[in-house]
Amino acid sequence: MDTRERPLSPHLQVYKPQLTSTLSILHRITGVALSAGTLLLVWWLIAAAMGGGAYTTVQMVVGSWIGQLMLFGWSFALFYHLCNGIRHLFWDIGKGLDLPAAYRSGWIVISSSIVLTLCSWAWGYSSMGVL
Amino acid sequence: MVEFALPANSKISSGKTHKAPEGATNIKRFQVYRYDPDDGENPSVDTFEVDMDTCGPMVLDALIKIKNEMDSSLTFRRSCREGVCGSCAMNVDGTNTLSCIKAIDDIDGDAKIYPLPHMAVVKDLVPDLKQAYSQYASIEPWLKSVNEPPADKERLQSPEERAKLDGLWECVLCFCCSTSCPSYWWNGDRYLGPAALLQAYRWIADSRDEDTGNRLDNLEDPFRLYRCHTIMNCTKTCPKHLNPARAIAEVKKLIVEHR
Repeated sequence: MDTRERPLSPHLQVYKPQLTSTLSILHRITGVALSAGTLLLVWWLIAAAMGGGAYTTVQMVVGSWIGQLMLFGWSFALFYHLCNGIRHLFWDIGKGLDLPAAYRSGWIVISSSIVLTLCSWAWGYSSMGVL
Repeated sequence: MVEFALPANSKISSGKTHKAPEGATNIKRFQVYRYDPDDGENPSVDTFEVDMDTCGPMVLDALIKIKNEMDSSLTFRRSCREGVCGSCAMNVDGTNTLSCIKAIDDIDGDAKIYPLPHMAVVKDLVPDLKQAYSQYASIEPWLKSVNEPPADKERLQSPEERAKLDGLWECVLCFCCSTSCPSYWWNGDRYLGPAALLQAYRWIADSRDEDTGNRLDNLEDPFRLYRCHTIMNCTKTCPKHLNPARAIAEVKKLIVEHR
């Protein structure tokens, strides 16, 4: 009998990306991003407690274009993880598990997290008087 | 374990091209995964140019034509050629399906054909299903009851009780679903996978079965059941249009109620 180790058939290399798996891995990625983002939030709170000097430094970093870009990504991660989390709650009670419903809810999650992100940034900028 | 890249012995090299016969005008190219355990080489992808004017409509028709006319060493499983035996499960055009009920016309461009994903390959398109079958056996797929059946007739079900098995009994155990599931790719040694779990639910949902409590207890495990993260690749790919994701969700619900 042949004792050579059998090769592993290709998986990620050949499997077509589709909404089901893409949204699932995005949920995992945004979850990790949120954990990292929480550290940023802690830094901001500690700085606020420490006083004006520390707080100004944080505001400068966060207010820079790269800081704002990270905040933008973090807020999208927050809204996506929230919306998709609600989708998971419906699944957990056995609702929306047929394929058309899962695709419908998937697109709803994508569009609502984009809208929520844009709305909160528009609200933020307008309350700062930039818009 | 999560490992995105293929191991060294599984990396795919380019293979041979088999030209279409002279005079063929309606040509479709089939790129087919090849692995020969006897030649010591890594797997490769061969290209076959098939004359569609003399080929049947389904992907399996093309594979049989290739084996008959172009390369008799091409190895794959097939039996019923009408989607009821589950033998010819493979990855066609990026998703898992039964090649006998997958129309060639539904594939744009070259037809890419691989074995079921993330499985040990025996030869060409034949994966080793030993683990999948033993996982199926582990859910004890037979009627278990303490009470004897009525002496003069079989165990009866109401039409409503019987209807609960619809969408479950039709499974042909082709393992398209399990091998489409990223969770099964990374944890297939401990996670039962959608095919075995759908069958587990098939016996839990059976009104004649009296072992529901034990069946649920045996499934309640962080890996065996709860590696399902409702990705839903299983339901998306099932060639019989069944819904393993829902069956698994029902099992999870029953475990909560059972506590």
